[in-house]
Amino acid sequence: MNYHLLKKPIDQVGVEERVARFKTRSIKKQSKVQAMKLALSMLDLTTLEGKDSPNKVKQICAKAIKPCEWMHDLPSVAAVCVYPNHVRTATTALKGSGVKVASVSTAFPSGNAPMKVKIEDTKFAVEEGADEIDMVISRGKFLAGEYNFVHDEIATIKEACGKSHLKVILETGELESYENVRLASDIAILAGADFIKTSTGKIEPAATLPVTLVMLEAIRDHFYATGKMVGMKPAGGIRKEKEALQYLVMVKEILGEAWLNPNYFRFGASTLANDLLMQLQKEVTGHYQSLDYFSID
Amino acid sequence: MEKTKTQNKELTSEEQKAEINFKTDWQYAASPESTDHIQLKKKYDLFINGKFVAPAKPKYFDSINPSTEEKIAEVAEADEADVNKAVKAARDAYKGKWSKISASERAKYMFRIARIIQEKARELAVIETMDGGKPIRESRDIDIPLAAAHFFYYAGWADKLNYAVPGKTPKPLGVAGQIIPWNFPLLMAAWKIAPALATGNTVVLKPAETTSLTALKLAEIIQEADLPPGVVNIVTGAGKTGSLIVNHPGVDKIAFTGSTDIGKLIQKSLAGTHKKYTLELGGKAANIIFEDASIDQAVEGIVNGIFFNQGHVCCAGSRLFVQESVFEIVMRKLKDRIATLVVGNPLDKNTDIGAINSKAQLDKISEYHSIGLKEGAECYQPACEVPSKGYWFRPTVFWNVSQASRIVQEEIFGPVLTVQTFRTIQEVVEKANNTPYGLSGGIWTDKGSKIFKVSGELKAGVVWANTFNKFDPTSPFGGYKESGIGREGGLHGLMPYLQY
Repeated sequence: MNYHLLKKPIDQVGVEERVARFKTRSIKKQSKVQAMKLALSMLDLTTLEGKDSPNKVKQICAKAIKPCEWMHDLPSVAAVCVYPNHVRTATTALKGSGVKVASVSTAFPSGNAPMKVKIEDTKFAVEEGADEIDMVISRGKFLAGEYNFVHDEIATIKEACGKSHLKVILETGELESYENVRLASDIAILAGADFIKTSTGKIEPAATLPVTLVMLEAIRDHFYATGKMVGMKPAGGIRKEKEALQYLVMVKEILGEAWLNPNYFRFGASTLANDLLMQLQKEVTGHYQSLDYFSID
Repeated sequence: MEKTKTQNKELTSEEQKAEINFKTDWQYAASPESTDHIQLKKKYDLFINGKFVAPAKPKYFDSINPSTEEKIAEVAEADEADVNKAVKAARDAYKGKWSKISASERAKYMFRIARIIQEKARELAVIETMDGGKPIRESRDIDIPLAAAHFFYYAGWADKLNYAVPGKTPKPLGVAGQIIPWNFPLLMAAWKIAPALATGNTVVLKPAETTSLTALKLAEIIQEADLPPGVVNIVTGAGKTGSLIVNHPGVDKIAFTGSTDIGKLIQKSLAGTHKKYTLELGGKAANIIFEDASIDQAVEGIVNGIFFNQGHVCCAGSRLFVQESVFEIVMRKLKDRIATLVVGNPLDKNTDIGAINSKAQLDKISEYHSIGLKEGAECYQPACEVPSKGYWFRPTVFWNVSQASRIVQEEIFGPVLTVQTFRTIQEVVEKANNTPYGLSGGIWTDKGSKIFKVSGELKAGVVWANTFNKFDPTSPFGGYKESGIGREGGLHGLMPYLQY
């Protein structure tokens, strides 16, 4: 297939104006509480550091199951996202909780490794028990116009995933234009992605509202054409409750009810959790609790 | 051929499956802007010679909140004696002080007015929304900031008029009579007053009878800014008051924004007089979507083009032309977008579409709606609920219409869009220009050369490319054909107030 023909014009000014308008939506009172709990339930609590230890993974898993010891009526988060070598620790810690384990793979975050290694990387994570695989696309190949390579690589990893869900990280911070974001989204979706994801979190800018809007529109257009639903995961850089709610506003108004749940929308974030908790507590008591009362992970 | 048909059929059944459900479990809670900070009098007199004075005959009419049908305040109706008084005050102020002080001194007052508008922006936005029915998002983000911007912009021109007309020494005309519409009450007042003051003229302004309140708040601001008495006079009332201003021999220039019918009447009555005039009248703008446009952004432009301010916009993109090859997808996306528009309480910060300005306007829009249905057009309206009290009309799209349809030819001035298709550039340009109006137009394409070609051929005063309804004080605005005479805004907007 000639993916060059898939290229669609995207008007940058228009995208950014649309986002500016989404940001004027005012979310208050019970609507805000509901949205914050929803956002919490959509979190992929993430730790992707070279210095990650089994203990840190265990700690984050505990937080994933019960985000705050002393607050009630809180949902668990959607998943914990770790490197493949920590998957076993996470699956053990999360057993029976319903919280999924996601693992990055394919030589995350750069994706610069031979295909063989990427397949092995993925298979290892799946065998260790990962429910979800977060792969990265080969941005170098994409920017060089080798779209078939990018497509086939995703399709191959999808196969290696078996029953595990595949999230495809586009690393939009390296894709330069909204048109490229859109094309990469379309290619990933056609190659079998269950989710498309903005960023690794290792590159600036990570997730932004305009980039997410373009990706949501790609998901919607695929749904229009085929009736098939693909999930969305903005990741990296979303730290505040207010921003998270702006993402939910976009999902609500672009894709509607079917996507407003952790099966089809996720936030890749870790610091966001504590801001959500702090804001939720504020809605209950009317004032802000000190951050010292929320565990850092 | 047959194969294509089958493919289409398959697609249709998939499309039926693929309905997006916008009735989400998570809803936006009501988020109304508070009204407790606004200061409104129960009764407003006429603003003449720097003071609020009772009308000669004690006649007052009600200003109604169109979203609740409740009375907000009583407003004086100016009669002949009052208009005479206002014109005399304006003349005296022109001769006495305003034409004597330096240009930079004039600018000083205008900057002051602009700053006070900014200071009172929140109050003005709330009053604008209560009095006219437009969403607070629009009055807060567009109307009021733009009104201030007009005063700032024209204040800057006051002492640079010699550069506006190089080689000449421009002079003011004298007294300007200005009649403004109800769709952008404060903004239209600013459009009219700012260039008149910058050029050294004095003003008698009449706001529309359904939306006098922000003009009267502007009168208070003018008092606060210590503008010399009589430089701006604001007389309220209906059409009769307007005609008294138009026909007053002491007025040197008429600036009118409103319907084409009234514009024609004004032009007739001004024929053979010394008065200069500018008319900014109706429109039926073509908004053209080419197949190579960025469709999602174009859909947003369609929505902003026609549903901005409930379609009470003379330059609204009310005739949509979509290239045939993208008609299906554009319609589908447009309907889904319209389904997410929030219709209701204009004071709610999430409201996209507020109330229709008046009962009379609602009746007019409803009539066109039934005309459209009678003409056999297909119609889409979202399933949104509207409040039981007040004047409401759901956003409406008609397709299967032709150039001959009345809803395509006539200005509806409401949230009603007609959609036609086209195949070639020549065809769409002919159709777009086939109207007595020519105020604005829109082009959506990814191709720059197409923008230049089509915009050059459209007979319209403003043509937007890959955007719509963008306003800026630096940009001239005005119409071809029956959409008006003269330009307002920008450098061009100075000229109708000058002799040189």
